[in-house]
Amino acid sequence: MTGPHDQKAQPVLRLSNITKRFGALTANDDVSFDLARGEVIALLGENGAGKTTLMNILFGQYTADAGTVEVFGEVLPPGNPRAALDAGVGMVHQHFTLAGNLTVWENIVLGTERLGALRLDAKAAKARIADLSRRFHLAVDPAAKVGRLTVGERQRVEILKALYREARILILDEPTAVLTPQESEALFKTLREAVGQGLSVVFISHKLHEVMAISDRTIVLRHGRLVAERATAETSREELAALMVGGKVSAPKIEARPAGPALLRLAGVSTKGEGRAPGLRAVDLTLHAGQITGLAGVSGNGQKALSDLISGLVAPASGQFEIVGEPVGDWSPRRALARGIGRIPEDRHRTGTIADFDLTENAVLETYAQDFARHGWMRWGAARAQAESLIATYDVRCPGPETRIRLLSGGNMQKLILGRVLETAPRIILANQPVRGLDIGAVNYVHGRLAEAREEGAAVLLISEDLDEIMTLSDVIHVMSEGRLSPGFTRGTMRAEALGQWMAGEGFGRVADAS
Amino acid sequence: MRLEPIAQPSLARRLVPPALALLGAFLVASVLALIAGGNPLAVFGAIVKGAVGSKFALLETLNRATPLIFTGLAVAVAFRAKLWNIGAEAQLYAGAVVTAVLGTGVLPWPPALLLPAIALTAMLAGALLLLVPALLKTRLGVDEVVTTLLLNYIFLLFVSYLLEGPLKDPMGMGWPKSARLIAEARLPRIVEGLRLHWGFALALLSAVALWIVNARTTLGFEMRAVGQNAEAARFAGMPVTGVVLKTALLSGGLAALAGFSEVSGLKGSLTLDLSPGYGYTGIVVAMLALLHPLGVVAAALFVAAIFVGADAMSRALGVPSYIADIMLASALLMMVLAILLTKFRVVRD
Repeated sequence: MTGPHDQKAQPVLRLSNITKRFGALTANDDVSFDLARGEVIALLGENGAGKTTLMNILFGQYTADAGTVEVFGEVLPPGNPRAALDAGVGMVHQHFTLAGNLTVWENIVLGTERLGALRLDAKAAKARIADLSRRFHLAVDPAAKVGRLTVGERQRVEILKALYREARILILDEPTAVLTPQESEALFKTLREAVGQGLSVVFISHKLHEVMAISDRTIVLRHGRLVAERATAETSREELAALMVGGKVSAPKIEARPAGPALLRLAGVSTKGEGRAPGLRAVDLTLHAGQITGLAGVSGNGQKALSDLISGLVAPASGQFEIVGEPVGDWSPRRALARGIGRIPEDRHRTGTIADFDLTENAVLETYAQDFARHGWMRWGAARAQAESLIATYDVRCPGPETRIRLLSGGNMQKLILGRVLETAPRIILANQPVRGLDIGAVNYVHGRLAEAREEGAAVLLISEDLDEIMTLSDVIHVMSEGRLSPGFTRGTMRAEALGQWMAGEGFGRVADAS
Repeated sequence: MRLEPIAQPSLARRLVPPALALLGAFLVASVLALIAGGNPLAVFGAIVKGAVGSKFALLETLNRATPLIFTGLAVAVAFRAKLWNIGAEAQLYAGAVVTAVLGTGVLPWPPALLLPAIALTAMLAGALLLLVPALLKTRLGVDEVVTTLLLNYIFLLFVSYLLEGPLKDPMGMGWPKSARLIAEARLPRIVEGLRLHWGFALALLSAVALWIVNARTTLGFEMRAVGQNAEAARFAGMPVTGVVLKTALLSGGLAALAGFSEVSGLKGSLTLDLSPGYGYTGIVVAMLALLHPLGVVAAALFVAAIFVGADAMSRALGVPSYIADIMLASALLMMVLAILLTKFRVVRD
């Protein structure tokens, strides 16, 4: 086998100094790397690290602010997916781009027909597809309607589509996010075959074990910057995990101290999963007054299920759920609020606020019925005063309470949500990704306020993919993997590497065996 | 070319495209008028004269606007909560059937009791008729566009059965119409001697009431929140399903008032041609009004004026009155585009 390191020939792909900004956010900051013939590069990074943006630039869907893309030595014209396709770049997106009402072979040839040709040479096309699917182990029935295929099969069609267009470089954006382990294994087999036949692959992922399994070289992105490049054989999962999350939090000092009484308790709670997102699997969790409990884990491992449960969106399917010693009974967002749970949702744009409502309306979204209405009539004067008070107290920079919230920056939007939550003096605070996408000033502000709430005796559940954030702020840390929750580790007893192993799904078996 | 959202549209940005849309609709109509052999200016002049040129014309326009205000409000309130009620036509007939049943002497009450009783029962009937699709939507995820639309045809056939059977007027000489309402069940005229009944006043009152509900009540707040972002509304603890069902009741009730007002105020009996598609035209009215209750009044008057004016124009100039339909259709299409342009700007790459 010829590895990448004995290839001295020119690279098949070269990204040079790619920079891309979206407003104030720098999605890619001076990123450069090469891809050799027959090589698999893993592009690793957290959500929002800039992986997808970078690949969209490569594929011509975005135009970079600076930098160039060279394919086989030729500079690609920016912003032109057709040129990328013609140069031999094939991309398989996270969300497939197939027509469900057409057959597999029709989808594959779509867009490749010669203009003006009266009819397709269906026979030749089908023969070529059959040949490709044999060569690359991509079993799929060319005559089947795409709408009837499984997700794994659709992905094979996408890959066939790229191969049919004679792609020499395959870009796969989080390809295993939607696959079962068996399907992932089959995909890896295909990729190895492709590489053996001289193709090159860029594999985008944030799953460490896959990166270790399939790639020759790993490139780590963090906040849009290329922070490390490693030969995969010479690195470890633990090192990659540490590189991926990095050090970026200068958080408030959390002094260790004894835990207060238990405010929220889950015992053996399971919930139903939603589609491919796992539900909770027999989770035991206790939140104590005056403590921040951190929840670490790779996204999509049941954090949403836990967050939905505590916010009231989902009821437990089995197990016990108690708040201050009382079972929750009928469970809904309104009841969660009534029981003293303040919720900072993961997605402030879609779940936390209503974009075209003004600040006043958003400020009272959760409390209008109790505090800002009488006999069904809104008390807009009081609501406006509340909004003004939140704006002043929580330093929300805005023209005024009648501003539509969509015009605010993420940080100011989050401060309003934070204010809305903290003003009700909640006993329990759910903070799901409270600082994702915020600038450093807003990050410190939100963290400071959460630490204050802890001082005042609230039980805080902090969910984050950022290990540093979790380790800096939490009194107790749990790790989630595939809907399971690890035991709690007290502050200072856990190193990032060890947590990384739990994040990768190791250790749960031992606990199950021990119990 | 692509569209780019505008953060804070200026006043001009919000007013000019809709104005251009109306102008565009008139231009389209002008071309058609020319093809039909008329002088566009004369055609429009005749339409204006026919709509508002005399006391008789003006009252006719107001009468015609009355059911459109009700159905327009029904559609506006539902669309605002993203409940796609295409069934205002059926709900209108539900109100009309109730009026024809209760207004023919079943209840021996004076007008002051009888009229409110009929109106409320009519609203209830329309509300229940929309509640069924709304429940199918919230419980089973059935698309209400399909169910409400198809219910229109089912209900019209049901009305046809009633008029050939149980409700058929024995004195009607075989015509499929219901018996005439008793005098106590007729909405009186606002001013004696002027052909305008209290249904128009009720329509205006409903528009103002709905405006107040939208702006001032918790239900209005909830309906807007659910319409704009149901996920956030649910997270915030709003009873989303309940809000959708309440919206359905309100919308169906408003549409039914159109049927009540037409039978009790204007026609005096129920026939199968009671509504020339007021339920569907209500959608046009609500869209032209940008779903605002007071805008609905203005849009309904505009639409009614064009229809009434076009009839008169057709009689006077011989240009077919279908030109009114085309004007409305093109006004609606261009208005939809114009609304887009108030929120987005076109950028060339």
